[in-house]
Amino acid sequence: MRLSTLLLATALTAAGTAAAGAQTIYPLTRAEILVGSKFDFKVEFPGAPAQGAVKVTINGQDPAAVLGQSATFVEKEDGLEHSAYWIRGASVAKPGSYTVEATAGDKTAKVTWEVFGTEARKAKNVILFIGDGMSVTDRTAARILSKGLVEGRYGGELAIDDMPYMALVSTSGTDSVVTDSANSMSAYTTGHKSCVNALGVYCAKNKSTLDHPKVETIGELLKRTYGMSVGVVTNSEIEDATPAGVVSHTRKRSDYNDIVKMFYAVKPDVIMGGGSPNFLPKSIPGSKRTDEENFVEKFKADGYTFVSTATEMRAAAAEGKTKVLGLFNTGNVDGAYDQKFKLGTTSKFPDQPDLAEQTRIAIDALSKNDKGFFLMVESARIDKYKHSLDWERGVFDTILLDNAVKQAKAFAEKNNDTMIIVVPDHAHMVGIIGSYDDSLPGQTPREKLGVYDKSKFPQYKPDANGYPESVDLPVRLGYTFGSYPDHCFDAKPHLDGEFVPAVAGAEKGTFIANEKYCKPGSVRVTGNLPAEANSGVHAADDVLLTAMGPGADVFHGRVDNTRVFRAMVSALGLGQVLAAK
Amino acid sequence: MRPFDLAFDLNRRGVLAAAFAVASAALVRGARAGAAITFEGLYKSFGVLGYEFADGVRALAGQEVTMIGYMAPPLKPESTFFVLTREPLAICPFCQSDADWPLDIVVIYMDAATPLVSAGEKVAVTGRLAIGSWIDPETGFVSQIRIEKAQYHRA
Repeated sequence: MRLSTLLLATALTAAGTAAAGAQTIYPLTRAEILVGSKFDFKVEFPGAPAQGAVKVTINGQDPAAVLGQSATFVEKEDGLEHSAYWIRGASVAKPGSYTVEATAGDKTAKVTWEVFGTEARKAKNVILFIGDGMSVTDRTAARILSKGLVEGRYGGELAIDDMPYMALVSTSGTDSVVTDSANSMSAYTTGHKSCVNALGVYCAKNKSTLDHPKVETIGELLKRTYGMSVGVVTNSEIEDATPAGVVSHTRKRSDYNDIVKMFYAVKPDVIMGGGSPNFLPKSIPGSKRTDEENFVEKFKADGYTFVSTATEMRAAAAEGKTKVLGLFNTGNVDGAYDQKFKLGTTSKFPDQPDLAEQTRIAIDALSKNDKGFFLMVESARIDKYKHSLDWERGVFDTILLDNAVKQAKAFAEKNNDTMIIVVPDHAHMVGIIGSYDDSLPGQTPREKLGVYDKSKFPQYKPDANGYPESVDLPVRLGYTFGSYPDHCFDAKPHLDGEFVPAVAGAEKGTFIANEKYCKPGSVRVTGNLPAEANSGVHAADDVLLTAMGPGADVFHGRVDNTRVFRAMVSALGLGQVLAAK
Repeated sequence: MRPFDLAFDLNRRGVLAAAFAVASAALVRGARAGAAITFEGLYKSFGVLGYEFADGVRALAGQEVTMIGYMAPPLKPESTFFVLTREPLAICPFCQSDADWPLDIVVIYMDAATPLVSAGEKVAVTGRLAIGSWIDPETGFVSQIRIEKAQYHRA
């Protein structure tokens, strides 16, 4: 009953908006807003009407009375043909349904928000693991490679699978069916859906990428309410979309230099990843900043211990440091495969840490705070390797994620006061369709592919950490990609370095097969993506979330990605604290 | 098979042919050569807190050098400016906002607007070595090492 009423209300609201065809109200309709959390309220009126010609109400009242801040009005904002009504830093004090109406002349737009509260705090800590771009296929492949598969039964469970609660999570954004890591992470860290490339903002018409309507991130919320410790650990550049989502507000995820400033503003206690050049002043060779700010020095001045190698990280942990900035590579930290086999950038950066060890050290540091902690750990390169159609490296980094989750579970076992969530941010189109068997007759991949009863069990030999000693076996997993640019394919692992399937073509902005791989035994595959794509793309498929600990029982069935935020702030009882403020 | 042997339309093939003709002409006309420097030998240290150029490379600043690398996908088919990389780049550093371009690049300023070859081509560049921070006024691109008044040919 409630559901059908909601759907009807939504349909009416949508019809009302369409009929008016005009004003845009942010937050958008059906927004779920945590009581007391901060957001920017904005209405854009096309045609740039004067202030006297427009009217905005929330549940029939003056918005300033409901949102606790006064409004400003800008005609022809940014020189564009619209006027903007703003209430920045707004918040709603009481849970409930709020209907916003914006009228200009005979046109009225209407949206409805759900402002939600929470019960009392159940969890002291929350650890959120993101397997970037991790499809169900990656879980299956990681299990086969690290646990073995004999007569249809696995040799063990993955830590990421062995959890009591599970849900399908839908990842689409406000602007498109298929989303990116910025927007999807933003849904997890703010509870608001947004558009591709956006972090912690709704996508309005503002010209500056930093001036779009903001919504508060979990990093900001936890710092200003409980004074909890916050940790952000990844093996991508720390400014990349997923880690940035904990602290950032920008329409454009590539605003790396601004994102470093935002990390500095929020000051997560533990920050670890790659991407040092955006911390260095422009006068230092190797900097990517355009100003003279030295953020390594700024963090150090604020009491952070700076570490750039695994050895230094361990030393900081041994000394009991609770505020650590770790930057271990100029770019992304090398993935598990390249670290194991000393490839990638390991000759330049021979002492990079392992995500599992980083997780353990981060938990040690953060758990010294009696008020609890929030830790986000990302295995970032699952996604990056799948973009480059290099499945072995992607699955190694899924095993890496599993090893990191093991560390969190070991910690959580002690007190049962820690919620653990493991979730991808979006999917890729991948699947296991058999195994490649070199003993089959023929020369080309399709002749070597065994399907159904010819799909033999591959015999990967995992080391103590679950990583196979070799992926170049005579019988290999038939892991396939469903979206790809032009490329040459030989169904063999890329032992020397990450696969680069396509390179720029003669026509600007288009890509063609990388001839380096077009050798006897490979086939030329015509891309099924637009020629502008240089790699595989994300998929809109739902992703699989697993969870455990207090508050994790809300995960079942299918949920929107915004519900991950809601589950975390509910477990932490944040609504009660904010409503009392 | 090289990328330009693929079945492009006639127009594009014409443009490419012209590009290679000019590039070849530059080689024949120029016949320039300088002290060889390599990507492998550019730095004496390279870490997360920045890098330092090798003493031997610093000593060549202002002098004629020759360097082999790959042309990054150019901004325009004809330009005075391109980026030389250690490995072939799949992407144009400026075309995609979140492009992850490498740090160890050398910016090339040609002595005249020159047709550029398609990306993935190995090229040899000869020109005057410049070291020090410089912001390109047209693109805003920050570089630390450049080869100026340069000419190139396919290597």
